[in-house]
Amino acid sequence: MLTVAIALLLMQQAPEADVDWDKEFGVEVEERDPVTGELPVDPYDQSNDNAGAKPFSGTGMAEQFGGREGIRRIADRFADLSISDPRIAAIFEGHDHVRFRRTIFEQFCYILNAGCDYTGRDMRSAHQGLGSRKPEMNAIVENLQTAMREEGVGFAAQNRFLAKLAPMSDEIVER
Amino acid sequence: MVGPSVGTDTDGDPPPPANYNAKLLLTNAASPIEGGSGGGIASWATIGGRQSDRGLGVQTHATFIALPDYQWTSFGVALGIADRVELSYARQNFDTQDVGTALGIGKGYVLNQDVFGAKVRLAGDVVYGDPLMPQISAGVQYKRALDGPIAAAVGAAQDQGLDFTLSATKLFLSHSVLVNTTARLTKGNQNGLLGFGSATDSDYSLQFEVSLAYQLSRRFVAGAEFRTKPDNLGLGEDNWFDIFAAYAVTDAVTLTTAYADLGSIATFEDQRGLFLQAQFAF
Repeated sequence: MLTVAIALLLMQQAPEADVDWDKEFGVEVEERDPVTGELPVDPYDQSNDNAGAKPFSGTGMAEQFGGREGIRRIADRFADLSISDPRIAAIFEGHDHVRFRRTIFEQFCYILNAGCDYTGRDMRSAHQGLGSRKPEMNAIVENLQTAMREEGVGFAAQNRFLAKLAPMSDEIVER
Repeated sequence: MVGPSVGTDTDGDPPPPANYNAKLLLTNAASPIEGGSGGGIASWATIGGRQSDRGLGVQTHATFIALPDYQWTSFGVALGIADRVELSYARQNFDTQDVGTALGIGKGYVLNQDVFGAKVRLAGDVVYGDPLMPQISAGVQYKRALDGPIAAAVGAAQDQGLDFTLSATKLFLSHSVLVNTTARLTKGNQNGLLGFGSATDSDYSLQFEVSLAYQLSRRFVAGAEFRTKPDNLGLGEDNWFDIFAAYAVTDAVTLTTAYADLGSIATFEDQRGLFLQAQFAF
């Protein structure tokens, strides 16, 4: 039995190395922007209103988050944790991680009033079709808490920021 | 595929079901004396168990309260269904110690009660959604005092009764404060351990439970509770009060300690003491 199987395996012809399978199957390849490294998206109206929350007034919150640099580290760490989180991996699969990192930073930075504009899509469009439900929201919250904690953001300030994000659940959660 | 791909290689790694289904830490709340989910002495709008909006969760607890003249133990189990419905059972054991002698029922006589609860979340979410829209739940508790003759001897009209609760709970994230208010229709004397109603007063009365908690960290909350009670028996039954701290040791284990003031119980005044609870939830 085994020798037959091995013989059959040996008789298999190796696939041609230079076949463009995407082309063979008619898959359209999206080219990343050579400068930003992002995949193209359909056009939309850019507005800070798309961030889904009014920014804090004053500089207190931005300072508690370590300014723009601190917010950048938090956003990056949050992205790392979420993209590699097996609980929500399915949501990030096939998602443009480069664009996600940029827009999530802009959103955090804008809401924390650290001097950024948000250029991403509104919350409903950005999450449409991802199939997010409450357990996924909870995983996202936990990852953000971890990122904020590691950056040394006080718990009360963490909650004040989450208070800006929590009401977005209505736009994010699909039932 | 072009461009960087960070840590997406999770193929063959099915999500761990326990975590996948999890509520945010502490949002299954503690286990109140009547079972289910809530504070120490108040039933909340929260649903027991660690399940989120799908699946099943279970929450079990054991509670001990050391009072000057009595000793309270209770234990219970609650089943949470999709963070929507909660079915609960709690057994209350109230050891009368030396008071048993004074009351003529025997030293160390233990009053027992079964509480079967059902609660349904009607609207809202304790954390998400409109920041001013609380999670609202309605509940019913069927209570069966197991010492009917004693309840009758102190003047109770019945040894079983129904409580109806309507609760609203919200975590105000911007202030790290959780607020619960509950309205309860009840006839219970000392929550039912001394039966329900009396010869002179067997109507339902509307009582209130209020809890305030401050979230110090993801794992640690501290707060206070107040609960009004009827005095159907004319024994000077008092309102209840406690200050508490709860700590989530792990995702599954929550320890709660409180200083509880249960006032006068069967004419024995100033029943204040230490409340301890261990809760296991998944």
